[in-house]
Amino acid sequence: MEAAVFFVCAALVLTGAFGVVLSRNPVHSALFLLLTLASIAVLFLELNAGLVAAVQIVVYASAIVVLFLFVITLLGVDQHESLDEPQPFQRIAAIVFGALVLISILALAHGNRWVTGAHSTRGQLDVARTGNVQRLAESLFTNFVWAFEMTAVLLVIAVVGGVVLARRSGHRPQVPAGGEAGA
Amino acid sequence: MIALGYPSTITATYYLILAAILFTIGGVGLLVRRNTLVMFMCIELMLNAANLTFVSYAKALNDISGQVIVFFTLVVAAAEVAVGLAIIVAIFRRRQNIVADDADLLKG
Repeated sequence: MEAAVFFVCAALVLTGAFGVVLSRNPVHSALFLLLTLASIAVLFLELNAGLVAAVQIVVYASAIVVLFLFVITLLGVDQHESLDEPQPFQRIAAIVFGALVLISILALAHGNRWVTGAHSTRGQLDVARTGNVQRLAESLFTNFVWAFEMTAVLLVIAVVGGVVLARRSGHRPQVPAGGEAGA
Repeated sequence: MIALGYPSTITATYYLILAAILFTIGGVGLLVRRNTLVMFMCIELMLNAANLTFVSYAKALNDISGQVIVFFTLVVAAAEVAVGLAIIVAIFRRRQNIVADDADLLKG
């Protein structure tokens, strides 16, 4: 059963990934991305990561994909992407490069063990009578509290940057000279 | 490495190979496509491959920190998408297209 779920989800993940890359229409790419993200959420459930799977659905599969679709509709992106390459060797070089990366990852792992290192250095995953959410929260607010605070700073910077970029570009309103100092 | 045929248990190796393939597809797509929106989606694919690797190592090593780090990756991805899409909208307002090769003003 576990194997069946894994292989079905893996096939869906790869289908979605190829669909993202090969779709001519960006809307189709976004929907294939949704397929990949949802399948990965199922794989997370299979890996005893319930909270991560829920967050994957809520943040990735909802918020980020909707943001992509919103930008696509906002820009009214034309569907045809011109296929004539300014550098004709670029596409072949990219595929060769990707094959080399994949082969080197797999070859590097073939001669060695995939999983090495100390177990449970930051707390165990499965503890009796504590759920996944509680284990995650304990680790997040003790071991990783400094990184957690830094993510708050990062998100604030990203929000401010997004607003500034989206607002001040293009046609700016008629402002009297000297009124746009700062920022 | 893996025994061929229908396996009875799925080890971390299967997840890691899947993540490696997913990462490669994202990377090749990033290099091949020229629509900046699709390039961003390919970056999301690569980030998800990294997340899958983290979570499968968390299970294989019985360590919670792999799952905690996924949250930080998610935050970075959300920030990257917010800023990146704002940049794309700004470029589109100025140039009326979002093909990556056309934005070559700084090219030497």
